[in-house]
Amino acid sequence: MSQAAAATDLIAALQRHFPADALITKPEDMTAYSYDGTPMLKGMPSAVVFPTTTEEVATVLRLATESGTSVSTRGSGTGLSAGSIPNAGDIVLCLARMNQILELDTANLTILVEPGVINANVAAAVEAEGLFYPPDPGSMRVSTIGGNVAENSGGLRGLKYGITRDYVMGLEVVLPTGETFFTGTKCVKDVAGYSLKDLFVGSEGTLGVVTKILLKLLPKPAARKTLLAIYEKMDEAAATVSAIIANKIIPCTAEFMDRTTIKCVEDYAHIGLPLDCDAVLILESDGHPAAVDDEAQKMEALCKQHGARSVKLAADLEEATKLMTARRMAIPAMARVAPTTILEDATVPRSRLAEMVRFVQKTAEKYNIQVGTFGHFGDGNLHPLFLANELKPDEIHRVHEAVGEIFDHAVKIGGTISGEHGIGLTKKAYLPGAIGELNVRVLKELKRVFDPKGILNPGKIFEADQPGMEGTATFTHTITRGITPEHLIPQT
Amino acid sequence: MSLPSDALTNPVPARPTANPGNPPAEFLPPFNTLPDADGHVHGHGDGGSHGHDSLRTLDYAVIQQCMHCGFCLPTCPTYDATKKERNSPRGRIALMRAIADGQMDATKTFAEEMYFCLGCLACTTACPAGVDYAQLFETARATAEHAGVLQSPSRDWTRRLLLKGLFTRPRLLRALGRMLRIYQASGAQWLVRKLGLTKLLGSRLAKLEPQTPQVRAQFSHQLIQPVEKPADDQVKYRVGLLTGCVQDLVFSDINRDTADALLANGCEVHTPPVQACCGSLHGHNGEPGTARMLARRLLDTFDVFKLDAIITNAAGCGSHLKTYNRLLADDKQYAERAAEWSRKCKDINEFLVEIHFRAPTAAPAGIPVDQLTYHEACHLCHGQKITAQPRKILKSIPGLKLTELSESTWCCGSAGIYNIVQPEMSQQLLERKLKHIDKTGARTVATANPGCHLQIANGAAARGKALHIAHPVSLLAAAYRAE
Repeated sequence: MSQAAAATDLIAALQRHFPADALITKPEDMTAYSYDGTPMLKGMPSAVVFPTTTEEVATVLRLATESGTSVSTRGSGTGLSAGSIPNAGDIVLCLARMNQILELDTANLTILVEPGVINANVAAAVEAEGLFYPPDPGSMRVSTIGGNVAENSGGLRGLKYGITRDYVMGLEVVLPTGETFFTGTKCVKDVAGYSLKDLFVGSEGTLGVVTKILLKLLPKPAARKTLLAIYEKMDEAAATVSAIIANKIIPCTAEFMDRTTIKCVEDYAHIGLPLDCDAVLILESDGHPAAVDDEAQKMEALCKQHGARSVKLAADLEEATKLMTARRMAIPAMARVAPTTILEDATVPRSRLAEMVRFVQKTAEKYNIQVGTFGHFGDGNLHPLFLANELKPDEIHRVHEAVGEIFDHAVKIGGTISGEHGIGLTKKAYLPGAIGELNVRVLKELKRVFDPKGILNPGKIFEADQPGMEGTATFTHTITRGITPEHLIPQT
Repeated sequence: MSLPSDALTNPVPARPTANPGNPPAEFLPPFNTLPDADGHVHGHGDGGSHGHDSLRTLDYAVIQQCMHCGFCLPTCPTYDATKKERNSPRGRIALMRAIADGQMDATKTFAEEMYFCLGCLACTTACPAGVDYAQLFETARATAEHAGVLQSPSRDWTRRLLLKGLFTRPRLLRALGRMLRIYQASGAQWLVRKLGLTKLLGSRLAKLEPQTPQVRAQFSHQLIQPVEKPADDQVKYRVGLLTGCVQDLVFSDINRDTADALLANGCEVHTPPVQACCGSLHGHNGEPGTARMLARRLLDTFDVFKLDAIITNAAGCGSHLKTYNRLLADDKQYAERAAEWSRKCKDINEFLVEIHFRAPTAAPAGIPVDQLTYHEACHLCHGQKITAQPRKILKSIPGLKLTELSESTWCCGSAGIYNIVQPEMSQQLLERKLKHIDKTGARTVATANPGCHLQIANGAAARGKALHIAHPVSLLAAAYRAE
């Protein structure tokens, strides 16, 4: 049976289980689920279903497996590697309505949530109890915890606090068969069997569907201080961060933005960032008030020692929050200067970051493309953002050439092709080069264990090769105004 | 153009104004020569269609500006209610783009979606990429109207009557207002309600009937002289005052208060007695041709080059008035004036703060300002990004205690005529707003838009709550008066 016919059968079967409001198929609705936060790519699903319980998710997956229809799971659709863009004809499983906080356990410092809860809502709920959920991706006001788990999202506090994986204590998972299990416990120590939860974190919707998430919490740091340092040269900013770490200080945040990024962010946020400098560094220390005071003073001195033109301490929490919020807006704010913004997140050991920033700039010049770079200096996670126009295939092609070189270089110096955005569709061509063919083979074999028919988000991370699913992800992603998929997804 | 210094406004075609209580005959062309559904005008050439009225001809860069990051999602009241992407700004723009790309036609579903959007512009505050959603939304509704996919005899009739008939003719609107006033003041309304005659209206209209606003005994031109000078004759600024449509009929006192606040701050206030509707209703409802016609007419009414500012006190109007430059960019005759207009058009809150208004020294009499909260009209905070100024005015008033309202920038569901065409969603939003107001314990709600004013007042009345609603400028004027 063809995929289209299978999808039609599946929709008919789903109609018996879901009311009209929870199962939509109008072309206008499908258009609105054909994209995520990734530029240029689209794929029109055949239906979108909104379950509100684990049982409903299980029903969808069981029926999808029976009919052999592929399913693409989605939250708020803010992904940046096309992981939640459906293949043409997919059923989109949208978890946005599973958005309840189920339990906040202040004795064990955990919170149990449904996948559709927005990251910022978790942060706010635990903060009200004097607790702290550190992972804070740029999209935290929009993106769901389910999506954060699927992509293993990082954020601005990665250096000190780690990433989503470090906070997942347990997951309820529905397998493609509809069978459901819970992996993990509230115990800090738990070695009963393989750590399956870790397999699902960052699996980009290819292994199972997560329906409950148990997260670890920390006590809220009592104090916080935020510094803004301004530099004439990016190298000086990099040297500062190295010096800070060499002095045994781990700031919770060490973010940088280059000139192009600063201009765009300031244009949106109006927070008084200087427009005539090469780089700014945003440094934050949190913890015990005395320690924070001490660290902030030391960091300020180190900034000055390493050539900062000026260092400013945020006057209060409001000013500090404004600064961080502005930084979080960097990606979309860059859209102010170019119609198409192509973002990468190559990551290198932090000692090589300044070198990597220079390499990005050199490569952009070589290919004659405008680039703005910002990111997490502290953890080596770089975000070069190429400013282009999708209506110019040649320009897009040059961006892909440049990205290829940047990835090669990142891998060569001990880095990786994605720090926190995932592989999805946009980076899968580079994956074998980065991790090796054997590694990719093991990934594929693992997928086969959980998803033998290959119905879960096929074609993401690596090519699907189950019968009937081959090549699903490449023939479908068409784009507008004469541009063909070949321009958009680097081909292997 | 030479004008006497005390007449910086051009009373639209000269006509007798001897007896302002008795409006002269309508001077506008007959109903059947007004612009038709696609914005074309037959007969007198003052509407005209425009390249920007369709998504297919709109500058593609405006659509491309959206990079679908989704940062708008949590700020959109309709998405918040349904969690359906199509009901979000990002989803709506995706549909617009599909139409612009020729992948989709302007279908009935598309058109309905564009009218499900409140047009509250909360997304524009959230948008880091700087998408001009106002322009997209107006163009999308115009595209939907042009496609005619929502046509039905009753809708067409209502739209023609309201948008083309009534809200293009200030005198006719006033005449109707006067009739409504007599109906309300004579006790006829009371009798009709008591006898249950409202049932004759049909269930939809019967539900709306209690929301009929109370019309004032006197309209703006009866309360405000065409030119008024500050008491001490020390003129620092010459400003034009826009009196609006609903504001003129239902809140003419706010117009008077606005004039008073301006006079108290050294402004010479020019208020043409008959003013065209600003066209915001038309611009926001898919009638760009009529919107342009009305904009030209308003530009003819004021000599914008000789005034320091044009003042509006209705947020919904202000948000549209400030875009005359875009609206008439391609109009050779009007583009320059429209650009000057957009530079000078100011919301009253914005202007008073800009000229460093004088803080009053007395508390306003008879208004419970010690328990007050502030609801931000969408088209003030999102449409015009004016948030600090009204608070500054409120806080300057002696004895006023402002308790901040949670979700103060969340739409109250009024949204122009949204409460009439989408009563269900509108009521949901009103409920949410009233709940937050309740939590503040406020007895007075300040807000700077007639739509919000009526919506919140009606909501409170329907729930038997005693709430005083006031425009910030009214409170300021009352404080000046108490000095």
